Amino acid sequence: MEHGITWAGLLLKPLNEVLASWGIDPEPADSALFVAVLLVALAYVGGRKFRQQAMVEPDGKVSLPFLMEMTVDKMLGFFSTIIHAHGGVRRVFPLLGAFALFILANNLLGLLPGFNPPTDQYNLTLALAAIVFVTAHYLGLKEHRWGYIKKFLGPLWWLAPLMLPIELVSHLVRPLSLSMRLFGNLTGDHQVLALFMALLPLGLPVPFMGLGLLVSILQSFIFVVLAAVYFQDALEHPH
Amino acid sequence: MKGKIVAFLLFFLMVQAAPLFAQEAGAAGKRGDLAVLGLALGAGLAVGVAAMGGGIGQGLATSSALEGIARNPSASDKIFTPMILGLALIESLVIYGLVIAFILQAKI
Repeated sequence: MEHGITWAGLLLKPLNEVLASWGIDPEPADSALFVAVLLVALAYVGGRKFRQQAMVEPDGKVSLPFLMEMTVDKMLGFFSTIIHAHGGVRRVFPLLGAFALFILANNLLGLLPGFNPPTDQYNLTLALAAIVFVTAHYLGLKEHRWGYIKKFLGPLWWLAPLMLPIELVSHLVRPLSLSMRLFGNLTGDHQVLALFMALLPLGLPVPFMGLGLLVSILQSFIFVVLAAVYFQDALEHPH
Repeated sequence: MKGKIVAFLLFFLMVQAAPLFAQEAGAAGKRGDLAVLGLALGAGLAVGVAAMGGGIGQGLATSSALEGIARNPSASDKIFTPMILGLALIESLVIYGLVIAFILQAKI
């Protein structure tokens, strides 16, 4: 496969050569690995103060631990409005928060020159959507045991033969639509940006970079909100 | 029991990937004129028609949201989030059309 040169590819050249000698194409994962290492480093440095003590007083300065605390707090509050199920938010919040920050960082990477956003590989978005799918069903099965099938049968018992195929198809389409939405938005956006940069690099791409910023943030938001809605749907007891 | 269910679900997902290995290599020969015309028209119309429906749908959603905000300006925060969610879901249908256009365009 013919890919361009990216900064992450240059940085990870030795690793790429090792992987290529085993017959694996390393390009899609370079930038994703770069982003993952960056996020872990950020979390480590930002969270150090919170790991040392149990209760930390806010000291009024705008610093990295403050920003991280604000981010985590706001996200937890937001997910609590979506997931009402008993004990649910704390269980899934690490996963949802990790998705949000990972997808956001991946999307924003596409705006920097010399980087490909890792989410314009369908492999990555499909993997993320598959994780959401498996987790939602795992949570539902663990919560309801065998009563989980009742969710697929609809509200009235004589509608069950009609509802079951519809519900099955709708559940199977969810990872497909999640992955395609993220993939399509990011690929289309990156192509448009590349096209306009090739046309006139000086002033023309600026509105498209603004659009790219909006789309990146919006798409990561939509992904985690939909994931939270699927988790809530799996966890709630039918009324 | 729980472990078995998880294992089954993971296996089920992995089996879904099996058809990918059954793909043959893409047609390397030249395509006829009619095929190229069909592919190009399909790719162009896919996005065009999808954007038409998507534009109307998003217009309706935004107009309802704006009307709600005009009736009750203090509820604008509570209206804004579902509006953005609805807009992104409608837009995702247009994006499916774009993905099909990319696939078709790559086959020319």
